[in-house]
Amino acid sequence: MCGIAGLIHRGKSSKVGHELQGMLQALKHRGEDSTGYALYGDTDGKNFIMRFKVGENVGEGSTSISEDVSVYDERKKIVDNYLLELGAKIIKQDRILPYSLRYEIEYNKKDLLEFSQKIEGIPGVEILSMGKSLEVIKDLGNAKMVCDRYNLDKVVGTHAIGHARMATESGVDIKSAHPFWGYPFSDVSVVHNGQLTNYWNNRRALENKGMRFMSECDSELIAVYLAEKMRDGASLEEGMKESLSGLDGVFTYFVATKDSLGMAKDTMAAKPLVLYESDDLVAMGSEEIAIRSILPQEIDTYDPFDGEVKVWQI
Amino acid sequence: MANLKSTEKKTKAQAMGMHTEVLTGRTQQKFFNPDEAENFYYFGTYDVDFNKRTNLDVKDMTAAEANKEIDNLMSQGFGTIVIKNPQGKHSLGVGILNKLNLIFEGSLGYFGMGSCDGPTVRINGRVGWSCAENLMAGKVVIEKNAGSCFGAAIRGGDLICKGSVGARTGIDMKGGTIIIGGDAGAFTGFMMQRGRIIILGDVGINLGDSMYDGTIFIGGQIGSYGSDAVDSELTKSDQDWLKRKLKVAEIGENFDVSKMKKIVAGKKLWNYDNLEPTEKKGAI
Repeated sequence: MCGIAGLIHRGKSSKVGHELQGMLQALKHRGEDSTGYALYGDTDGKNFIMRFKVGENVGEGSTSISEDVSVYDERKKIVDNYLLELGAKIIKQDRILPYSLRYEIEYNKKDLLEFSQKIEGIPGVEILSMGKSLEVIKDLGNAKMVCDRYNLDKVVGTHAIGHARMATESGVDIKSAHPFWGYPFSDVSVVHNGQLTNYWNNRRALENKGMRFMSECDSELIAVYLAEKMRDGASLEEGMKESLSGLDGVFTYFVATKDSLGMAKDTMAAKPLVLYESDDLVAMGSEEIAIRSILPQEIDTYDPFDGEVKVWQI
Repeated sequence: MANLKSTEKKTKAQAMGMHTEVLTGRTQQKFFNPDEAENFYYFGTYDVDFNKRTNLDVKDMTAAEANKEIDNLMSQGFGTIVIKNPQGKHSLGVGILNKLNLIFEGSLGYFGMGSCDGPTVRINGRVGWSCAENLMAGKVVIEKNAGSCFGAAIRGGDLICKGSVGARTGIDMKGGTIIIGGDAGAFTGFMMQRGRIIILGDVGINLGDSMYDGTIFIGGQIGSYGSDAVDSELTKSDQDWLKRKLKVAEIGENFDVSKMKKIVAGKKLWNYDNLEPTEKKGAI
């Protein structure tokens, strides 16, 4: 089933980590195999923040193979060496969990494709996000568990999207969890609720064009699809509008960039979405109770119609 | 299975002219017989006094606790109940089987007022998906917008939304009336079997797709027609009925009904009367 939520503050920052946690926790009945956050925090915009994993959470419910922590250490060493080779300087590094790391790096090249291909060429290593504002944090468990584990409650920023996942078509693991980074574009992330029925056709076509997939989760296709459209010069909104006919199946998805947040709903409107919009805040989720967790007072909300695409700026 | 065509003795209901249909299908069930009414006990119903009024704050209750408390209040004879702080909770007010004035001061989540038979409900807020699903009788008024599957499979009663609604409004409905003051999404009236839908605003694609019967009235633009949905002549009788209904519904009283479009089933998809379910499967 899955639940998605997102919010964007216009003209100010807020505790988006705390707010999104509340929204996703309200949707936990839609799935708590894994939960993911894409937070757009307040930064100075100079350095890249790379969130990556060197292994999987092999806790209860995971479909991943257990590995020794020494394997993670070895992979981390290789990542550090490769960063040096790429000309990237590590400014700050945090090992939040044995398998999950956050690096602040100085890297002056704009094209992240070569960078990402080299790092992800290491078996078992995946970049969860790369951006000057974006940080993708995802792990097994419900929203509160993940928030507590990664200390997200205090993250301040302008906008965020998140996902509470009930695994149906791929494994219970971090690589299949949402949000997906819009590889190799800086600061692009996607969450999705639904099923895509032309996944393999699209995947084969996109792989032939040089795009990469890390999981077999159909939702990853949306991130890759939009990234490919933007690589060819389309704007985010143009790419989203094209996706309504390019992607087959039922879907509601959110996509976020450094300064914007968008939503798209398939032409059958088969997946739910409730939307609240005011001058200083847009909040949306699979169910109204998600919005109520941050706006308990009486508000006006509505369901976007079939085939609707909307994009908001901060 | 009773062969109603060859039954010589009319039931009381038929003699009173309540059921005038000529039932020909082999799968038709016998209607409820009022001759046997005294033998029926309608479980979960209470005698309530509409002048006996109370408030119920459900802020810290689960949906099950709230519904149980509504039932408890009805058993004490309260005929007017005001629900405070519903805050978008799911499944509130379901399964009410008797007359009751129920007022929600706020919005409901999914499945609000599902499977009800008789209450008069006013929701001073919005409702989520599948509001009033399977409504048998009564009146439900929503002051703001509604989600998808609004009035799914209702059998009777009046379901009114003063704002706009999502997709698949009136899907599989078998009776009753749905009235929408604003716009409606895709697949409105999908597979509807009886009843009437009135949309004063615009409606999305595939209107009335695969509808068996029933009538849809549209005041605005139509995205596209669904399979077997066709235009029909808007009669004087239709216009009179629309005016009355919109007035009673407290919505669009001054709306120019003469320009509304009337959509019905073309009845070209299947001959349902002559096919058993297994035969229909074969035909597909």
